[in-house]
Formats: sequence, structure tokens, C-alpha cells
Amino acid sequence: MESKLTIAGHQFDSRLFTGTGKFSHPRLMEQALAASKSELVTMSLKRVDIARQDDDILGPLLANSMKLLPNTSGAKTAQDAIFAAHLAREALATNWIKLEIHPDPKYLMPDPIETLKAAQTLVKDGFVVLPYMHADPVLAKRLEEVGCAAVMPLGAPIGSNKGLVSQDFLQIIIEQANVPVIVDAGIGAPSHAAYAMELGADGVLINTAMAVSPDPVAMAKAFAGAVAAGRLAYLAGLGQVNQQAIATSPLTAFLD
Amino acid sequence: MTDFSQVLAQHDWYEVAASFERCSEEQVAEAITKAQQQQRLNLDDFRALISPAAQPYLEHMARVSKELTEQRFGKTMQLFVPLYLSNMCSNICTYCGFSMENRIRRTTLTMAQIEQEALAIKALGFDHILLVTGESERKVGIAYFEQALAVLRPHFSHISMEVQPLATDEYRRLSQLGVESILVYQETYHREKYAKYHLKGKKSDFDYRLATPERVGDAGINKLGIGCLLGLEDWRSDAFHVAIQLDYLEKKYWKMRFSLSFPRLRPCEGGSEVNSPMSERDLVQLICAYRLFNHHVELSLSTRESAMFRDNVLNLGITSMSAGSKTQPGGYANADKSLEQFSIDDNRDVASVAKMIASKGYQVVWKDWQPGLNR
Repeated sequence: MESKLTIAGHQFDSRLFTGTGKFSHPRLMEQALAASKSELVTMSLKRVDIARQDDDILGPLLANSMKLLPNTSGAKTAQDAIFAAHLAREALATNWIKLEIHPDPKYLMPDPIETLKAAQTLVKDGFVVLPYMHADPVLAKRLEEVGCAAVMPLGAPIGSNKGLVSQDFLQIIIEQANVPVIVDAGIGAPSHAAYAMELGADGVLINTAMAVSPDPVAMAKAFAGAVAAGRLAYLAGLGQVNQQAIATSPLTAFLD
Repeated sequence: MTDFSQVLAQHDWYEVAASFERCSEEQVAEAITKAQQQQRLNLDDFRALISPAAQPYLEHMARVSKELTEQRFGKTMQLFVPLYLSNMCSNICTYCGFSMENRIRRTTLTMAQIEQEALAIKALGFDHILLVTGESERKVGIAYFEQALAVLRPHFSHISMEVQPLATDEYRRLSQLGVESILVYQETYHREKYAKYHLKGKKSDFDYRLATPERVGDAGINKLGIGCLLGLEDWRSDAFHVAIQLDYLEKKYWKMRFSLSFPRLRPCEGGSEVNSPMSERDLVQLICAYRLFNHHVELSLSTRESAMFRDNVLNLGITSMSAGSKTQPGGYANADKSLEQFSIDDNRDVASVAKMIASKGYQVVWKDWQPGLNR
């Protein structure tokens, strides 16, 4: 029986989270987000002009009363991220924050040490913290322990469209998690998203694959369908295949 | 740890210059395939991509460059504008309009004038600004910059500087004052020829300039722009050296962002002839080659290039552009052309450029930084 995805007491009908970067036009972003039926959308604090409600990204999100998930992209340290989170809370009236700390500007790999430090402080400061992290099962547990509301491990480097390169570690994270696991980054095709959901992820976050598609609106619909299908398959029990007993027993047949 | 002068010493200019003719079409095709598969290219791949052998592959390179750029940076274009603070200069450089021996009127903006310029630029919509000066250490040094930044900081979320090379401590100070990015071009990596273009002044010190990116990196500045003045010497060799330096710096300063610019030598006050002319076709090849070589580096195009060229190349790998530029100090608040560093080619105002970018299916990005980060 399907239960709704719940993060920090907030229920979501859609398990597809989206981003706002890289679209060719704000109008197209608005249409694609609508087509995705996504209920949580992240945007970079450095990119939006929080002083202006008519900012080209912020405007459409506010007009459509979407739930905002400001992110701290651009932060290289815990200190940066904490600063950005407070700025976002003040300006956007939400205590939800997607914690992203990537000191490496090339592959945007999340810094595990700074992320854990910042998460600890932000949880204490009353934030609902969703940390972007490497697919590191121990780190996922540590972030859960300091009070993160969900964890967001990567499938592959941000924007790479490579799919679930980190699959084996994602499976361990999913198996061990007591908070929702949202696969973030690297998902390049609806089939990747469906696969993540089949593995038991609680949700996925998609940006590049939608925004850079020649038809973002159609691609948004495709992802919405894929996420729903993957979830359904997971609930139906697809994951059992690997755990079935081997039919013949050549090593122990002599016992029969 | 080594510094870049040691790396440079391992590459003989004339060997590099002779190497491009030896590249084969097979090497070019292989490099393009690697880029398409999102593999990391090496310097030999890059060499092939800027060689004459790659010329028949230009369309293919452009297609891959466009794809890689959109995947990484989205369908967006950042806009910025240069603010010329001063044309005072104590260098003699044979190609530059600000050169000390040129008899032009010299001016340095006062703080009141800077405020006026800031307001005029802000009214155009810009949020990213590039501060430019000549090299006049005593009048336009760190003390002047500190004052200017205090005036400008409240108006802009992202401030870059293209000024004379400074000391590590001075860069540290600029970073504290809110400077996000430093641009410094080696002009040419040909050590002997460099001396012939830079006759007098501090800029004639090749090694001090060459080590500048490392002083910027040591100071913890967020972003560094490098490049060479295309047309001074064999453009392929200089562009290749830029790639060597980029590779070196990326490894040494792994937290730093990098951008490349492609200034092609243009006619200016008292300017010398262009020794190694670079065609527009060559420039497209170079832009695409840099993108295939490095998927992450930001590529910036100025108004030195024509409107037609800019319109057609903006979706082939470029990530940021200047628009509506005035290259004379005080040019935004009043229009006196007599002081300019070089004449620009794309003279359209910023609104027209923004409209053109949108018509190409790209979103103009005015703001992509939050003051207060990385302090």
C-alpha cells in the first residue's frame, strides 16, 4: 500500500523534485515544472535576487505557490553554507534548506566534512536540512544522526547525465536509512530515474536532463511517469529477484 | 612544489610552434570522440584540435562544443560590463592604447565619478562588473582600489578586476573587500618576443607576470581568468601555452574557478601591426577546442568582436559576454571617446544584446553570485 512521501511532517504526492537552473527561458522553466507535477523545487541563492519578488526565477515559483527548497550552491565551507541558509530563511520565509558545499568547482563534489559540520549547526538553528552528499553509506548515517530530514546522495557528478554510477552504495544507503533518500545529481534519462525508484529511493531530483532537453516540457512529463512507474515497481516487489534461492544445488546434491 | 616558470621551461616555443603541422586528422577525430564521450582530453588532443588538421572538422567540433556547454552551463549566458577606472599607465607596450608614450588625455575617476558610473551601469541592468585600469602603481594602487571597492560593493553582487599584477597580500586584501575574480593575461608566452612588446615599466618583467596567477591562487581569490593576446605571436602556440597553464593551475588550486578570454589584437591608438593574424574561423576553432579540452572552464567573449560574429558564436561554447562596453574611463555617465583603450566592434546597447541572446534560445543571467559567500 503506497504511503505518501513525508519529509519533516510535510507530505508530497510527487516523488519528483526539480531544479530551476539551465533553462533557456523562465517561461519554459515554469511550464516544465508544471508538467513535472513536482511539489518541491530547488533554486540557487546565488542565482536569484531575493530582494526582488519579480526575479525571473523566483517570480514564477512564488506565483505558482511552489514549495521552495533554497540551496547553498556556491558555498565552499560550512561557514558559507550557514550564512547562505540564514539569508534564505529570512528572505524566502522557509526553513527548508538544501545543503550543498562543493569546494571543487569542476566536478562539484560535496565536501563531507564541511557538510556534516554545517548540518549539525543548521539543525540546531531550526532548519529542515536536506544535504547533498556523496553516495557514502556511513556519511548518510552520520547526517541522519545529527538530525537531517532526508539525505540526497548523488547518482553521478552533477549535470553529467551518467545515471546511477553509485548504484551499489545507493543500495546500502537505502537499506540502512531511517530518513527519506532522494537521489540527486547525475540522472540523465527517465530510465535512470525509474531505476533509482525501483531500487527503493524515496524520490529523485532532476534538473539538467530536463532543462537542457530540446523539449523540457515533454521531458518533464516523461520523468514524472518514470518516477511513478519505478515507485510502483518497487512496491510490487521487483527487488526480490536477486535474493531468490538458486534452483539447483550441485555442491550439496550428494546429501539428498 | 614547482612553479609555472619551471613547467614553461619544459616546453620549447619553436618545438611547440612546429608541432601543429604534424597533427593528423585521425588524432583530431579521436579527440572529438573522447570529448563526446565526456572523457578528459590531454594536451596532445588539444594540440590536434587547434591544428590545421582539425579545420575540416570544425562543424563537428562546434556541435560537440555546444552540447558540452549546454549540459554543463545550461542554455544561459552571463552578461557583465567593464568599468574603466583609469587610463594612467607607466608601461610602454607596443600594442596598447594606454601605452605611456601615447599622447592621450589621462584620467583617473574620482570616487564621485565612480559612483556616477556605478549608477549608470546599474540602470542598464548589470549586476556583474569588471574593473579595468592601466598600470600606475602610485596613483592607482591598492589604496585607490580599496576606496573604489567601498563605493562599488553595495551596487554589485560580483566584482572582477583586470588591473596590474599585485602582490599576494594585496590580492588577499581585495578578496576581503569583495573581489571575486581576477583577470590577468600573459599576452604572449614567447619570452624573447615578450620583451620586444613590453619595452618599459613593470610589465616588462615577464616572470613577475607569469607568476601572477599563482599569487592570486595563494591569496585564495575565487576565480581567475587567463588568456593571451591573440595575434601578437603565433596564435596556436600561445593558445597551447594557455592550455598548459590552465592544466597546471587547476591541479595546484583545486578550489579555484577558471575562465579563458580570447582578445584578438585590434587597431588602437599608436598600435603596432598584427604579426600573426587570426581569422574568425580560427577563433571559432580555438573556442571549440578549449571547450572540448576542458568541459568546466568558463569562456568569455568581449565586444572587441563584431556583432555578427558574437551572435553566431555565442552558442558554441561561450558562457559569458560583455555588452554595451565603454573602454574609456567615465564612458557610461558621459560619452567622450578620446580616452578609449581600444575601439570596440559590437557597439549595440545592452538591451539589444540581451534581446538577441533571448532570440537564440538562451536565458540572460545577470546575477550568479551572492555577496558574503567565500569570505
